[in-house]
Amino acid sequence: MTGLIDMLVQGLLLGGFFALSGLGLSLSFGIMRIVNIAHGDFLVVAAYLGVVITGLFGINPIVAIALIMPLMFVLGWGLQKTILNRAVDGGELSPLLITFGLSIVLHNALQEIFSADFRSLDAGPVEVASLAIGDIRIGWFALSILIVAVLVYALVSWLMRKTTFGRIVRATVDDPEVSGLMGVDTKKVYCLGMGISMAIIGISGALYGIKSSFSPLTGGDQLLFAFEAVIIGGMGSIWGTLLGGLTLGIAQVIGFSIHSGWGAFAGHLVFFLFLFLKPSGLLSKGDSHV
Amino acid sequence: MYDALTQSAVWRVKTPKSGLVAIALAAIVLALAPVAIGPGSLRLLVEVFTMIALAQAWNLLAGYTGFVSVGQQAFIGIGAYGMFAVALKMGLNPFSSVLVGGIVAAVIGAFAALALFRLRGPYFAIGTWVLAELFRIFFINTQYFGGASGLTLARVLRGIPRDVRLNTTYWLALALALGSTLLIYLLLRSRFGLAVRTVRDNEASAESAGVNVWGTKFMVFVLASFITGCAGAILYLNTMFVGANAAFSVKWSALIIFVVIIGGIGTIEGPIVGALVYFTLREYLSDFGTWYIITFGLVAIAAMIVAPQGIWGYVAGRFKYHLFPVEAEISKDLPR
Repeated sequence: MTGLIDMLVQGLLLGGFFALSGLGLSLSFGIMRIVNIAHGDFLVVAAYLGVVITGLFGINPIVAIALIMPLMFVLGWGLQKTILNRAVDGGELSPLLITFGLSIVLHNALQEIFSADFRSLDAGPVEVASLAIGDIRIGWFALSILIVAVLVYALVSWLMRKTTFGRIVRATVDDPEVSGLMGVDTKKVYCLGMGISMAIIGISGALYGIKSSFSPLTGGDQLLFAFEAVIIGGMGSIWGTLLGGLTLGIAQVIGFSIHSGWGAFAGHLVFFLFLFLKPSGLLSKGDSHV
Repeated sequence: MYDALTQSAVWRVKTPKSGLVAIALAAIVLALAPVAIGPGSLRLLVEVFTMIALAQAWNLLAGYTGFVSVGQQAFIGIGAYGMFAVALKMGLNPFSSVLVGGIVAAVIGAFAALALFRLRGPYFAIGTWVLAELFRIFFINTQYFGGASGLTLARVLRGIPRDVRLNTTYWLALALALGSTLLIYLLLRSRFGLAVRTVRDNEASAESAGVNVWGTKFMVFVLASFITGCAGAILYLNTMFVGANAAFSVKWSALIIFVVIIGGIGTIEGPIVGALVYFTLREYLSDFGTWYIITFGLVAIAAMIVAPQGIWGYVAGRFKYHLFPVEAEISKDLPR
């Protein structure tokens, strides 16, 4: 019984990370209708930014997040402005193929620059500190990721529902043309959207780099996990993505307990089960547009 | 003046012969090639031909039907493992096993479609990648299929002379490239082809015009899975060894997509042109390691933005020439 509860708790903690990373992916689809296939590679880019920044300034990677997020925001803004905005009017196909091309270019370029070796960001004793409740150990760091995820969700939800910016974004999503006529600079909204999405990828990537070892080639897996969190949760619902991430985390921990090679497999299997049995996901559309 | 709208117009595609003649000529010349060229070049040509088939299949999905897959490696790997399994475990001739590999890929493609078609738009693309990962992890952890060390065909190929093996593999690859090109060409010129492009242009209006959208996409996906599975089987028949990490690598989809984008998406000629460009570049630039993949990717991204019609699209637009015309026009001949 303790074993089962332990798996559930560890699954939830792992799921907090998937939820955070999934939010970056679902935001860019929600706002720009762009599925960012390079999502996982940008996550790895953020982790390597952590390597560079901690190397240059000798600071703790947790502190470096304060630099990584704005850098990733600028990268997202620039990417949208220079490349994706040119493709966004041509339907869904071309942004999809462009981000796929970017993904391949990015992971090969990272391999040239940093080699294919695995790295990890060292945040010190906080990484291994844990809290014991009975026989169950809860890692402080994993718990903080889950808390950060919930906070970021609350922040984005507030931003989209309660602010003028959120109203403009929702109007742009509903009808870009009419919003344009009403004086909204839709391309600028898209730039901001990609910037926010990438800032979230930035914090997820830095936490990912601290929590696990990464290499230029681990981005693909991260895209798939984020994607599964979005689909299991229900497309178009931000809070759904949070639940989807937690579900995926539990599935992976159970798979991993059967055999260390089957963790991701169990997650993929649960994803397919959802497509067969409940394709609309845990919370389907209606609750929020983004 | 003839008014298409007032007459019972006939959908026809003009100059139907050029493509068929080109395929027949290519078949004759290329089938004789093993007499003239050495084993190294034959192996390279096997790669070129399988890439043409892979690119035709992906182009049928993305260019003509409008849904993108980045998980084609799922069917490459399944085709290869299917072929290796029947050849090694059931003792079937490895060359005939290629067809089995294709059929296994088609069956799995059909089942996968039931789930994946529930994903709307671009999310479908990532779903296909999950499928590939599911199978990669399965094969790498299953000892029956060789686990992480993979499978080798050496045991069943031992009794077959080297020339016979090389030439048969070559002819299989040639047949697949020409066969898939011809099949897709004829398919697109038929009523079904019209349905396919209607689905691409607007699913809702296709549905209201009486096109079975789901069924059309399903048929296209299963056919593409079959061709991709056969290509995977031939690719690994050529190398005689299969490992799950390489066979199910997303690199395959990257190459296929770059080839089609650079060659010209939505044309039959594009995949062929793209494959020839890719292998020419690879022969000269492969010494530069991953830089040639990076360059190829950047060129493809640039092409998507500034020249989405690709090389063949540009040529066809410039010279008003199609070797394989598939776009239907209203015939000038009045029905009698």
